[in-house]
Amino acid sequence: MIFYALVFAFAAIGAGLMCNLWRLLQGPSIADRILALDTMVINSIALIILYGVLQGRTVLFEAAILFAMVGFISTVAYCKFVLRGDIIE
Amino acid sequence: MQLALIVLLPFIGAVLPALMIRAGRNACAIATFTVTATALLILLVQAPRVFAGEVLHFRAEWLPSLGLDVNFFLDGYGFLFAGLILFIGLLIITYARFYLAKEDPMGRFMAFLLLFQGAMVGIVLSDNILLLLIFWELTSLTSFLLIGYWSHLPEGRQGARMALIVTGSGGLSLIGGMLLLGHIAGSYDISVIITRGDVIQASPYYIPALLLILGGCFTKSAQFPFHFWLPHAMAAPTPVSAYLHSATMVKAGIFLLGRLWPALSGTDAWFYIVATTGLATMVIGAWIALFKDDLKGLLAHSTVSHLGLVTFLFGIGTPFAALAGVFHIINHATFKAALFMNAGIIDHEAGTRDIKRLGGLVHLMPIAATMAVIAALSMAGIPPFNGFMSKEFMLEAAGHTAWFGLAFDPTVAIIATIGATFSVAYSLRYIIHVYLGPKRDDYPHQPHDPPFGMWAPPALLVVLVVLIGLFPNTIVGPLLATSAGAVIGADLPYYSLSLWHGLTPALFMSIFAVGAGYFLLTRHSRAVTFRERFYRPEAKEIFDNAVAKIVGWSRTGTWALQNGSLQRYLAAMTGMALIGGYGAYLGASSAPGSNPMLPVPALAVVGWLLLVGACAAVVILHRERLFTLVLVGVIGVIVSLGFLYLSAPDLALTQISVEVVTVILLLLALNFLPKKTPIESPMPIKARDGVLAVLAGIGITGAVYAMLRRDVDSISAFHLANAYGGGGGTNVVNIILVDFRGIDTYGEIIVLGIAALCIVALLDTAMQGASGRRIANWQVDMRRSADRHPLLLVVGTRVMLAFALVVGAYIFLRGHNDPGGGFIAGLVVAIALIMQYMASGFAWAQRRAGLDYHSVIGWGVLVAGLTGVASWLFDYPFLTSWFDYITLPIVGTFEVASAIAFDLGVFLCVVGSVMLALSRLSRVGRIAEHLDVAEGPMDVDPSLHPNGPPSETRPTSSVAAQ
Repeated sequence: MIFYALVFAFAAIGAGLMCNLWRLLQGPSIADRILALDTMVINSIALIILYGVLQGRTVLFEAAILFAMVGFISTVAYCKFVLRGDIIE
Repeated sequence: MQLALIVLLPFIGAVLPALMIRAGRNACAIATFTVTATALLILLVQAPRVFAGEVLHFRAEWLPSLGLDVNFFLDGYGFLFAGLILFIGLLIITYARFYLAKEDPMGRFMAFLLLFQGAMVGIVLSDNILLLLIFWELTSLTSFLLIGYWSHLPEGRQGARMALIVTGSGGLSLIGGMLLLGHIAGSYDISVIITRGDVIQASPYYIPALLLILGGCFTKSAQFPFHFWLPHAMAAPTPVSAYLHSATMVKAGIFLLGRLWPALSGTDAWFYIVATTGLATMVIGAWIALFKDDLKGLLAHSTVSHLGLVTFLFGIGTPFAALAGVFHIINHATFKAALFMNAGIIDHEAGTRDIKRLGGLVHLMPIAATMAVIAALSMAGIPPFNGFMSKEFMLEAAGHTAWFGLAFDPTVAIIATIGATFSVAYSLRYIIHVYLGPKRDDYPHQPHDPPFGMWAPPALLVVLVVLIGLFPNTIVGPLLATSAGAVIGADLPYYSLSLWHGLTPALFMSIFAVGAGYFLLTRHSRAVTFRERFYRPEAKEIFDNAVAKIVGWSRTGTWALQNGSLQRYLAAMTGMALIGGYGAYLGASSAPGSNPMLPVPALAVVGWLLLVGACAAVVILHRERLFTLVLVGVIGVIVSLGFLYLSAPDLALTQISVEVVTVILLLLALNFLPKKTPIESPMPIKARDGVLAVLAGIGITGAVYAMLRRDVDSISAFHLANAYGGGGGTNVVNIILVDFRGIDTYGEIIVLGIAALCIVALLDTAMQGASGRRIANWQVDMRRSADRHPLLLVVGTRVMLAFALVVGAYIFLRGHNDPGGGFIAGLVVAIALIMQYMASGFAWAQRRAGLDYHSVIGWGVLVAGLTGVASWLFDYPFLTSWFDYITLPIVGTFEVASAIAFDLGVFLCVVGSVMLALSRLSRVGRIAEHLDVAEGPMDVDPSLHPNGPPSETRPTSSVAAQ
């Protein structure tokens, strides 16, 4: 049962990633593109977790933690750059 | 051992004057004097053995595989030179103490002098010719420092540069010649080479070796046409000129001619090249000296002339002539050093060295005048002084030299007599035009005799000039016999050291030269007008033009390769890689590998599409820099996912954290860069780059395909097998970093630290001068939001800080056995800190961090290095790791490995480097933005204002209006 759920989840996330790519390339504003990247990171976290479940290994989860913990910093930095120019004032 | 000590003492002692100058100028001079005196004393202790005909050796291995060994030997010839160098060195040190002005840094002068002295003594005592070459180059370098000592004078700098270029190029030539010589002789030891003259002269390499060696000797000893650097080196302080141009530097070439005389001389090539050059130099130098109004210029050209004389004598190739050459080396050193010091005294006391402004000094400076008269008469070759005897020897040898090999062949004798005539003329000019004549009243200073310390050293030499002239056999007889014997090798020819040899042809030549010389001097002004009529090539101009041309060529060549365009470098490197790769492809079998193809899951296709889409977008939209940066972020994400999918969690963790740091770094820089890349490359360049890129892409694809379809035998298996047993961990990646390749990692963290420090240095430099003003006047090119430190971000990052630090510690501690380690942990902690800087501003966060990132880097390198050194205590090689298991109550059994201390060093280095680089970049931003430093951690602090913000707590809104 879990296998089918995983396959469905993979398909959904894959489609989501493709949508992210579309938004990233389409824009139109830079905020859309940054948001697309951020969503892509979140989808990637999900992907890592699901892949770990599929493989039955926990070693990948740390990468997911790290992604979750520091991935948003890039987004913050992009946003701060757009808003203020200087990201460390 | 004593031999090595004589050479090493001046080098070691060079530290002393540099330190002792703090105790005063006298202490400095005394320290220098003591060093040289000690070396001279050690040398003199060897005298009885040397005079008994013994050759002393010292041998130590240095690089035996290259034939380079620290071999010294001391025979009569080396003893003579070492003695001259050290003895005259003592006099020069005394003289310089009184000559140098108060504002001249004496410590530096004395230190340079000792270094030079050590190099010179090294040349004359070296047994190994490669060792000799090293000292030879050292004299070029140290003499550069000495000649350019008054670096505030352009003539000093130019003269020093010219001397360095000429003698340095000669040194290159000498290296080639010496290597050939050593190859022919089958040994690099001079004591062996000089016994193999027959083998060397029979070899087909004899002529090239000879020419190259002579190139070195002639440039060093200022032989025509390389003589021009010597007069320009006169811009040096007089003690330097007196030392370099009487007894040392320029004598090095002559020394080598004499040293290799047994091996190289006696052939026609030797005679025609060396004797002709020497004769030409002697006449030309003397002729120019006659017309120099600058006292030091006169002496410089006279030195050129006398060096030519010695070269000529060695070139003749007979034992008698060689003996005369050695004798003249002694005599020239005595009277020329005295004269140089005398010129310095005149310059010092009368304020000018221009002969036209001098005259009549005998009434004002009787002591200096007496010495000058004696020394100059000796230089002119007037009896009863020592210069007379060696000149007689020279004329005698010249009289017996047949140029064309005919029975009656007076060409050489006539030319030598002409040279002697000029020599008499300029020597008498030094006496008559400077000291004699009426007293004048327009000297720049009121001349008077110098202090005792300044006239004592030349006086000592003048006493020698007289004593050698009067009692030659007692004073220099044994020294000459021993030293000339060491050059000639065989039995000494018949010679008689006395002033009167009977009515020989040489005597008549001498008498003619004196008469004609005096006559020439009385017609000096007419000779000057006569000389003015001819075109005279200006050596300095020719030299400067030649140097400018060479610099121009190399600049053109360099510019063609390195014009600052990164595209060009990249194109060149990619092109070369393509050519190399294609060559390898053609040279090997290119059948596809046999491993089966793997199935492609749909999700991998999605990742591939994302990667390709992002890459293509970067190519198309690369002019939008911010957008490109976002796309690079996408590529980073996909690459990290790829690492995870392909079972490389360590790499994935590193990639994820590096991505974040990179984005922050680039954004900090992008703030000061145009947000759009301007269009610069013309179409052909774009086409070139496009073709190269496509070809390189195809090549890489092919290579990856070929690699993946084959089984490649690599070192991985060894690492996997030995990680636990050898390194005590199960994470092979980490074991490789801290153990197998520990020393690589050690080097890398040092490089990382250096890179961070370079960023500091470059940015600090950029903050000054023109670029600093540009940054200070920088205009914000984007609209600014009013939210400087949003509350949400501040609170969020504070919460994250604790999490991130815990995760960092966790990743660090378990790195030895599971994915993680110091590098990743360092990045995670750095990111956790950067979050605070971004959220609350640099100043606020820095105050609370209280870390000096410079020293964090230093501690990192230190901890890693000490961990490595610690293994020495247990007699293991550097960075051998150790581990054991320890059981503690409650905690249980855990592993303790020395590798973790090393990893701590890596961790500190990474944190320090990342934080240092980012903080410096953000400093530029803070200076450019002209914003006042925010006091609080966030724009609006609800804990301070529970009822909503008062309007004046939003100071940043005014900035937004700009």
